[in-house]
Amino acid sequence: MEVQLHLIDYIIMVIYFVFVLGIGWFLRKYMKDAKQFLEAGRSLPAWVTGLAFISTNLGALEVMGMTGSGAKYGMLTTHFYWIGAIPAMVFLALFMMRFYYGSKARSVPEFLKLRFDEKTRALNAILFAVMTIMASGISMYALALLMEKVLGWNFNVSLWLSAVIVLAYTYLGGLSSAIYNEVLQFFIILIGLLPIVILALMEVGGWSGLKEGLAPIAAQKGFAPDTLTTTWKYTGAANANPMGVKWYGIFAGLGFVLSFGYWCTNFLIVQRAMAAESTIAARKTPLIGAIPKMFIPFLIIVPGIIALVLINNPGSGFSIMENGKPNYDLTIIMLLKHYLPAGVLGVGITALLASFMSGMAGNVSAFNTVWTYDIYQSYIRPATNDAAADAKHYLRVGRLATIFGVLVSIAAAYLAGLFGNIMDFLQTIFSMINAPLFAVIFLGMFWKRTTAHGAFTGLLGGFLVALAHHGLTAPEGATTLVKGGWLGLIHTYPVEMAQNFWTAIYACASATLLTVSISLVTPQRKTDDELKGLVYSMTPKISEANIPWLKRTNTLALLVLIIFIILSVLFW
Amino acid sequence: MLDIKIPIGLMFSVFGVIITIYGFMTRNDAELYQKSFSHNVNLWMGGLMLIFGAVMLLLVRRGKSKT
Repeated sequence: MEVQLHLIDYIIMVIYFVFVLGIGWFLRKYMKDAKQFLEAGRSLPAWVTGLAFISTNLGALEVMGMTGSGAKYGMLTTHFYWIGAIPAMVFLALFMMRFYYGSKARSVPEFLKLRFDEKTRALNAILFAVMTIMASGISMYALALLMEKVLGWNFNVSLWLSAVIVLAYTYLGGLSSAIYNEVLQFFIILIGLLPIVILALMEVGGWSGLKEGLAPIAAQKGFAPDTLTTTWKYTGAANANPMGVKWYGIFAGLGFVLSFGYWCTNFLIVQRAMAAESTIAARKTPLIGAIPKMFIPFLIIVPGIIALVLINNPGSGFSIMENGKPNYDLTIIMLLKHYLPAGVLGVGITALLASFMSGMAGNVSAFNTVWTYDIYQSYIRPATNDAAADAKHYLRVGRLATIFGVLVSIAAAYLAGLFGNIMDFLQTIFSMINAPLFAVIFLGMFWKRTTAHGAFTGLLGGFLVALAHHGLTAPEGATTLVKGGWLGLIHTYPVEMAQNFWTAIYACASATLLTVSISLVTPQRKTDDELKGLVYSMTPKISEANIPWLKRTNTLALLVLIIFIILSVLFW
Repeated sequence: MLDIKIPIGLMFSVFGVIITIYGFMTRNDAELYQKSFSHNVNLWMGGLMLIFGAVMLLLVRRGKSKT
């Protein structure tokens, strides 16, 4: 299983480290106050924030997981990139971003404070801070484990080294440094993985050869021959496709609840757009990110699907077997090993490291902002009359939070190694906070009557319903209570993914119901004036009439939707 | 503040030069390129990275001359 690296590969990696750290070093002199450090001074052009928006989502777990899913489910995995991302990103850009950006809130929890009240902010800020740090620890653990297994690197060394590099450049240059590096990392991921796509397609004889190669594999699993190369065609019945979900489950669960919950409310993502230089740039950020997003499947899912052909061909010499079982997380690195000679192999491994760093820097920079503004400034040391001294003070706190966040991530990474199951469980739990959050923010932005008590009840209630649903159901063949059923079993889903979809659907529906009903019986304490810039009907419409139509946000949104529809039809 | 195209352009130019030279030096190493069915991937990708890096740096120069 081990991959031999040559001197040239290490040279490439070291040069990459030098540039990443160099960007942080160069930016350090601009970090004069908390706003520069935690909000990048709200000064970045849309193409930079747009690429960072997508790059921070392209973390190591995403790349490893999605290539692995490609090998498991075939082209159906692209639902996570198309229906499961694009409509939500367009919605965020067109309808929600102006409130996030225009409200001058510095974080999503702070938006909740402005629109609702203190307790709603506190609940969200604390859950988000814990979740973000855990997520970064889990991905750090996964990366170090992969490097140990495949490259033979010492687990502790790769864990600490990668953490210290991310710490160094985010400590020095704050959010600006995280974002600039995410743009650089985006291009490395692209260029590093490109040769495996080309070589793999050459080996199987292009797209038509791939289809032919997959037909017997699909048939052997009891599906129609083209199941693994289509997306919607076999979603009429749950047992006709390997994901085990029906079209409306994908549409409502993934396309609506999960994706709107993730893309429209996750501060990790929204923070990138909030760092843009203007409202227009902030609104364009998700749209600019959406364009590469739609094509990333060809870079990470298609190679995974080709790996499936190689796995089923004993003559290929390709294997992801580990202790007699396939380990799909190994797919991407085994593909790198299988196709790339020394030299480009170094670039490919660097791409994996870059994807890890972009994800982790995203977590760390979102954590230090929420910690500094929403927890420290709100509850520990409020702002004083001296704005200049405060800016310096919160800069120092932001920097310390960066160190603290990285140290806790490292601890979480070791915990993940000791109690893998518990970490899986925590991750499942945290995934439950987004769906109710979307319901609450959506109602808050578009229904003036939404009250603070309504929002808080919806947020908490939706989360508890999700928890209860997870406790009462389990996927078929679940062997541990981590997968569900820890409160007693009343329903069994055919696959885990179906269970996740339904958990999110229940959470979102109950959050909506609770928020609406409690809002109707509690008084609105915010005046119309206070709601200006936070609620749709209270905010003046933005006009882009003075901008040439080619450069308008709506034009870009339309372009994104057209590409989305073309891709969906082409790979129907 | 910092034009991000500068470090991107520089890094890919350096990668491009190194990988192209390595590809050129190993052009007769059949064993090394067995994995990629005798295609010298280092030459292609080195060239591609060099072009990408150069384009980024050119964009920086054009941006500067405008302002």
